[in-house]
Amino acid sequence: MSNRLKHIYVAAVLTLLYAPIAVMIAQSFNASRYRGHWTGFTLDWYAALFESEEIFEALMNTLSIGLTAATVSTILGLITCVALHGMRRRTRAALMSVANIPMLNADIVTGISLMLLFLAMGLRLGYCSILLAHIVFCLPYVMLCIMPRLMTLNQNLYEAALDLGASPFQAFRLVVLPELKPSIAAGFLLAFTMSADDFIITHFTKGAGIDTLPTEIYAELKLGVHPEMYALSTLVFAAVLMLVFLIYVNRKFIANIRKESLL
Amino acid sequence: MIKSASIRNIFLAPFALWAVLFVVVPFVVIAWYGLTNDDGVFSFSSLAMITRPGYFKALIFSLLLALVSTAACVVIAYPLCLILLEKTGNTRDMLVALCVVPLLIQSLLLTMAVQTILEKNGVLNQFLRLLSLPDIYVLNTPFAIVLGMVVNFLPYAILPIFIALSKIDQSVIEAARDLGASQWQTFRHVQLPLSLPGAVSAITLVFIPSLTTFFISALLGGNKILLIGNVIEQAFTAGYDFHIGSALSMVLMIFVIANMFLTIRFDTTEEAS
Repeated sequence: MSNRLKHIYVAAVLTLLYAPIAVMIAQSFNASRYRGHWTGFTLDWYAALFESEEIFEALMNTLSIGLTAATVSTILGLITCVALHGMRRRTRAALMSVANIPMLNADIVTGISLMLLFLAMGLRLGYCSILLAHIVFCLPYVMLCIMPRLMTLNQNLYEAALDLGASPFQAFRLVVLPELKPSIAAGFLLAFTMSADDFIITHFTKGAGIDTLPTEIYAELKLGVHPEMYALSTLVFAAVLMLVFLIYVNRKFIANIRKESLL
Repeated sequence: MIKSASIRNIFLAPFALWAVLFVVVPFVVIAWYGLTNDDGVFSFSSLAMITRPGYFKALIFSLLLALVSTAACVVIAYPLCLILLEKTGNTRDMLVALCVVPLLIQSLLLTMAVQTILEKNGVLNQFLRLLSLPDIYVLNTPFAIVLGMVVNFLPYAILPIFIALSKIDQSVIEAARDLGASQWQTFRHVQLPLSLPGAVSAITLVFIPSLTTFFISALLGGNKILLIGNVIEQAFTAGYDFHIGSALSMVLMIFVIANMFLTIRFDTTEEAS
């Protein structure tokens, strides 16, 4: 393929991925509240966003459920990975397959089965049932992040710490944990993202009267999504893009310093 | 890391509880609902509903659309990943990040935006009118649904394929080239087979959500096109018929399980570590 063709191809794929996002951003600045009719530029929706109680409540639910589910599943995932580490390969592989089931299963089946379980348990569908469901489907993602790193860790360092008189807990905290930090952070972030973005499982496990952002959007779909929602998503998108850009700049900066120190 | 088996088991206990309560028991509950009738008596009547023409058609159509969207995602992702691999360092990371960022946008809003683009007086047609080209009406057709699936799930195909391709030892590719293989032959006989585990992950990650989606078809297919996901969703939220919904979910699980076996067969993470 010629270079030009390659550029066109990458641009075409990025257009496919970003055209809907561009439309969404445009709508957040569109004076008309009807989709697809551009009647002028406005920032009203951004102002309205901070006054909308429904959106604020849904946002708070999304954040608190996401953070709690990510925290709990990260701790649970870490403990489980440590336990799995010392097991025989086959047992470990079998248990990992079980752990992966909620991730590989269809969301709709997970959602329905958990809903039926909660109803059978007599749990009222609401905040708690959503939180429980999110912890359930976040755990595999956390383990997926931590397990490979734990398996490649140099076991001798931990043994050395023990030989030098550290208690198992100290050795874990001072030797193993720092090595695992990036993958723990990755697991936490992935779990939070999965939780914040999940619509299908929340749709089935939520009761009446409580909404997260995705279910709030779904409820609005029939009457037309409030443009405030586009404004919120635009802000989220801008924040993520900024983060990616900062990491990019930061890494370039570090790479430059490395290059200079090598010279 | 933990020497004593009993302490290890204590650490494993919360996971075991999680697995039994939230993985095994829910399946039992679904099976119980799917295999009983309203009186709580064992019966295959709900499961037999899948042979009803309307439901059966929805299942076949869902399978078809899921296959098309999976194929489209893999076919789009491979050339893209090969091009990204030629880039170096930061540019590559940046482009990969750009391919993943859309995953962080609520998929409902993305799908809604696709609807806005494809509408009769939508963005696409307004653009075509500017260029004095004829309008295109694709909303409420299977094509629109597939497009919605591709927009939503393409990043899930790009990521594993890119990772698999980038793990291939560069010298193997150079060796193939040195021995006279063309670019296509190198891809066909070296890169494609070596990146197969990534392709399998991509297929799993795209196929199952495509097969079971209900809001993409609801938004882009109008009311005319029912997928199996819509049928199940309506059974629970509109019809309150848990038996039929559960029975149809059990049918879906056949495909999920087949997919899991495919993944396990090609799973190389354990060997890699």
